[in-house]
Amino acid sequence: MENLIALLVAAPLVGAALLLCGGKRLDRTGHWIGTLLAVASFAVGVALFADMLGRSADHRAMHQYLFSWIPVGGFRADVAFQLDQLSMTFVLLITGVGSLIHIYSIGYMEHDERRRRFFGYLNLFLAAMLLLVLADNYLLLYVGWEGVGLASYLLIGFWQHKPSAATAAKKAFLVNRVGDMGLSIAIMLMFTTFGTFAFGPVLAATGATSEGKLTAIGLMLLLAACGKSAQVPLQSWLGDAMEGPTPVSALIHAATMVTAGVYLITRSGAVFNAAPDAQLAVVVVGAVTLLYGAIVGCAKDDIKKALAGSTMSQIGYMVLAAGLGPIGYAFAIMHLVTHGFFKAGLFLGAGSVMHGMNDEVDMRKYGGLRKYMPVTFLTFGLGYLAIIGFPGLSGFFSKDKIIEAAFAKGGTEGWILGGAALLGAAVTAFYMTRVMLMTFFGEKRWDPKETHPHESPKIMTVPMIVLAVGSVFAGGLFSINESFVTWLEPVTSFAHGHSPVSATTVTASTIVVLLLGVGTAWLMYGRKPVPALAPRGSLLTRAARRDLLQDDFNDLVFVRGGTHLTTTLVQLDRSLVDGAVNGTAASMGGLSSLLRRLQTGFVRSYAVQMLGGAAVLVAATLLMRGV
Amino acid sequence: MSFPLLTATAVVPAVGAIATAALPAAKRTAAKWLALLFSLITFALALVVAFRFDPGAGAPFQLTESHAWIRDFGVRYELGVDGIAVALIALTTLLIPFIILAGWHDADPLEEATPNRRWRPTQGFFALILAVEAMVVLSFEATDVFLFYIFFEAMLIPMYFLIGGFGDRAGRDGEEEAAGRRSYAAVKFLLYNLAGGLIMLAAVIGLYAVTADQLGTGTFSLQQIVEARTAGTLNIGTGTERLLFLGFFFAFAVKAPLWPLHTWLPGAMGESTSPVAVLITAVVDKVGTFAMLRFCLQLFPEASSWATPVILVLALISIVYGALLAVAQRDIKRLIAYASISHFGFIILGIFAMTSQGQGGATLYMVNHGISTAALMLVAGFLISRRGSRLIADYGGVQKVAPVLAGTFLIGGLATLSLPGLAPFVSEFLVLVGTFTRYPVIGIIATLGIVLAALYVLVLYQRTMTGPVKAEVTNMPDLRVRELVVVAPLIALLLFLGVYPKPLTDLVNPAVQHTLSVVDKKDPKPTVQVNAVPGEGRHGHAANDQDVEAAK
Repeated sequence: MENLIALLVAAPLVGAALLLCGGKRLDRTGHWIGTLLAVASFAVGVALFADMLGRSADHRAMHQYLFSWIPVGGFRADVAFQLDQLSMTFVLLITGVGSLIHIYSIGYMEHDERRRRFFGYLNLFLAAMLLLVLADNYLLLYVGWEGVGLASYLLIGFWQHKPSAATAAKKAFLVNRVGDMGLSIAIMLMFTTFGTFAFGPVLAATGATSEGKLTAIGLMLLLAACGKSAQVPLQSWLGDAMEGPTPVSALIHAATMVTAGVYLITRSGAVFNAAPDAQLAVVVVGAVTLLYGAIVGCAKDDIKKALAGSTMSQIGYMVLAAGLGPIGYAFAIMHLVTHGFFKAGLFLGAGSVMHGMNDEVDMRKYGGLRKYMPVTFLTFGLGYLAIIGFPGLSGFFSKDKIIEAAFAKGGTEGWILGGAALLGAAVTAFYMTRVMLMTFFGEKRWDPKETHPHESPKIMTVPMIVLAVGSVFAGGLFSINESFVTWLEPVTSFAHGHSPVSATTVTASTIVVLLLGVGTAWLMYGRKPVPALAPRGSLLTRAARRDLLQDDFNDLVFVRGGTHLTTTLVQLDRSLVDGAVNGTAASMGGLSSLLRRLQTGFVRSYAVQMLGGAAVLVAATLLMRGV
Repeated sequence: MSFPLLTATAVVPAVGAIATAALPAAKRTAAKWLALLFSLITFALALVVAFRFDPGAGAPFQLTESHAWIRDFGVRYELGVDGIAVALIALTTLLIPFIILAGWHDADPLEEATPNRRWRPTQGFFALILAVEAMVVLSFEATDVFLFYIFFEAMLIPMYFLIGGFGDRAGRDGEEEAAGRRSYAAVKFLLYNLAGGLIMLAAVIGLYAVTADQLGTGTFSLQQIVEARTAGTLNIGTGTERLLFLGFFFAFAVKAPLWPLHTWLPGAMGESTSPVAVLITAVVDKVGTFAMLRFCLQLFPEASSWATPVILVLALISIVYGALLAVAQRDIKRLIAYASISHFGFIILGIFAMTSQGQGGATLYMVNHGISTAALMLVAGFLISRRGSRLIADYGGVQKVAPVLAGTFLIGGLATLSLPGLAPFVSEFLVLVGTFTRYPVIGIIATLGIVLAALYVLVLYQRTMTGPVKAEVTNMPDLRVRELVVVAPLIALLLFLGVYPKPLTDLVNPAVQHTLSVVDKKDPKPTVQVNAVPGEGRHGHAANDQDVEAAK
């Protein structure tokens, strides 16, 4: 079975190569080839999963060694895979949701003349993402890590003729590169500390290492995670990334790629467990982001950007949980999976709405759509209930556990984190209800003459239905006998947290804050009509619409400052550096005047030049004869 | 006596140059094909060299040839290659056919020009390229310092004419203006490099004087000098060694080029045609960094250690400074030139980090940078020839009208920003790791380069290829077959060496180990001893160990 692991990556990789190099011949079949290979990868994943289930919990990890990649001195990087329970979870999520989104895209991208290329990029993404979660060492993980970044870049900028899309793509790549610096440095630190960066030996040797080293490694890994998972302070790219086609937002910028940071932290659990300071940084980032994203989500009128804020916020929950150590890892991953279902479903629903609304994204121009798009309404509604944590649905189980674990962190920290998580739950309920009400309820705010809302074709609604089913049941299923925790425990280890607040109290509080959030949203957007033009809003609202001024800050410091710096350098290079070198040369031998004279371009001066060179050689020869 | 393979690898392009130059004016097309043929034969010979070379064998130099030349003062015609030289000869001979193909029409006489029996620019262009190839190959092969010096300097002459004599078809300012700028760039190139060469010449003579003084008979033989040093018979005084080192290093730093001696490069690359720009940065400049490894470190190990801190800082400045200037460029070719300055900073950083990862990475970097810059620069050249402008602002939306051109340009760009999966990533990461193990702070600052590289590449791509289609580019044709033949193999190679660089690392590792042993440096040991070895308990582990043994 182990030899099948490479096939998981190979199938979509072949698809990408075929579709991107195949030319126009494949225009008519390309999307089917891409989808088929995604499904094939999923099938291999299921087969491996079945095999894994047949073994005892401690013997489930599989390895496949392919070849030695970079052997230089003591530096050895292999192309080798490791498929354990954690990777398996991701494989099923990536290929499963990935396949669904491939199918959906057949309908969504039907009228795009570059559909073949779109599927090529999607396949490329799957291959890179699978490589990321299957690698058995950090350097190979890095390949997948930047590979998904490339796919994300290509797909955000898929409609390149739009300058906004091209800019958003570039921004995403650049911000991610800042995070990648962190990953590079982390790998270098591992190499100097352990002489290797393979998961096995590094994670086994954390006990023998100083806490300072581990803290440094942990913080660098956190920086990487912040970039990829759009966590504060590297979160600014995710909102703009919504320029990409909606299936991309669903797959890459909601369900899978943006959760890679959580994978990285969980995978490196042994490092963080031994570095409390790094862990503290992780939980702080998580808590800040979960509130930041939620606040931004409240203010956006663009349905996709509201959902993007929500994604940041939900990943904030996961990062928070992962920062809690063994009491949180399993719940972080559990929330990651359930979030994969409901957020992908919500995005596909948003795509379906846009599909029926002439690609309008402004929710102020929606309204009352439930009658026109019943399936979309139903599936989106279930996703909505799941994300706000409606009792019994997926989000309820996974988020509740995280809030509980946050309190269990203990001390003042525990109260602060738990409080933040609870507050986040209230705001989540608020902004999601707002999205729901503005889109599907209330008066129509669109012009019936120009817009003819309609339900999407089956090829789009079926994936939405499947995801909705997952959004409803996954959380409950995972929680029966703590089956999900038991499944992951051999990899992530698990400890029961001891919360100062009882589980029942936490659950009750989450339900209360949920009702508060929903109620407030209903008062503001349900009871009275939504204005088609956005009101000016409070200072906070206005700031939140601008992503809490993050971009303004970046623009001022990095863009303007950077431009100023580079243009100054260009001038300095011309005047100072070039001038100084030329000047030195001139003072040494009048080369400058020679330069000016030779510049006239006379053929004669070439001859002089050559003669000069020859004379030098002869002189040297004579000189040496004398020695 | 066995067949002088190394001599042949240089003689073939030299003969090709003469044959091409000798063709009459009317036989323009024949001259092109002839030049291509000779460059391909040279490449085939280089492959034979690579296969005959045995990385596992003990001797530092193989396929050696040695003849007395100027007996009076110990100059010998001494050739030999180590793994590093083999890799760079392979790179050079591989790139020349692509350079010739890419420049197929760059030296066609203008249509309005009257036929002239004596004026044969096409023949001259291709003959000069082959001449440069011959001299570059010889400077990679020479193990006699004086012999090396001759070719190191002599290649300036054909390069000078290539830069000054041929340029892009007149842009907006007219041919007169362009010719003036070209001429300025060519002279600047020549003067900088001549100045470096003169200083080196003094050091070469000084070296001879020292050996003559201490060994009785003066010698230029690298191997003899290295052996005499280790045996203790040759002992260059500290002060003298440092002076000699500086003399050599200055010349190589001009050629590489290292900040602040870099200012000739943007002009030279900007004004010359793209194939010549590739010749400069991907081939000729590599002689500079190569010579640092071979001559600076091996002849003057102690002075090398002494100068390391300053050189590392200069390299670091090159990395950041080159990248920052690249960001601000408005001219596509100058942008690529500044990017190259940044990349040369990485190469020099790797060399002077004095670790096996650093130097192995630097050698790989030379090869990979050659391929990636060739890909990016040649596609840029195809783009420029279509529009007649080098200004980034004159383009926009090319992706829509010429998707294949845009796609290859993007891949060249991604290679330039060292995307994992493509060859340059391997070398850049090795350089970073190799630097970091000894100088963590410098290693961390150098990683800034990866962010800045993404910035200048993606900004370039965005401004030229995306957005609304500019009116002037609407009728731009996509890549032609000849152009695709140039780019596709380069891209395939970038992918191959990114996924499977082992053939190259196996070739280079022993030579790097040898250099490090001459300099007497050992890799820093990891602070924590890890018992488990990566790859343990897996298939293929046994084969791995053999590789490690072989590498030793």
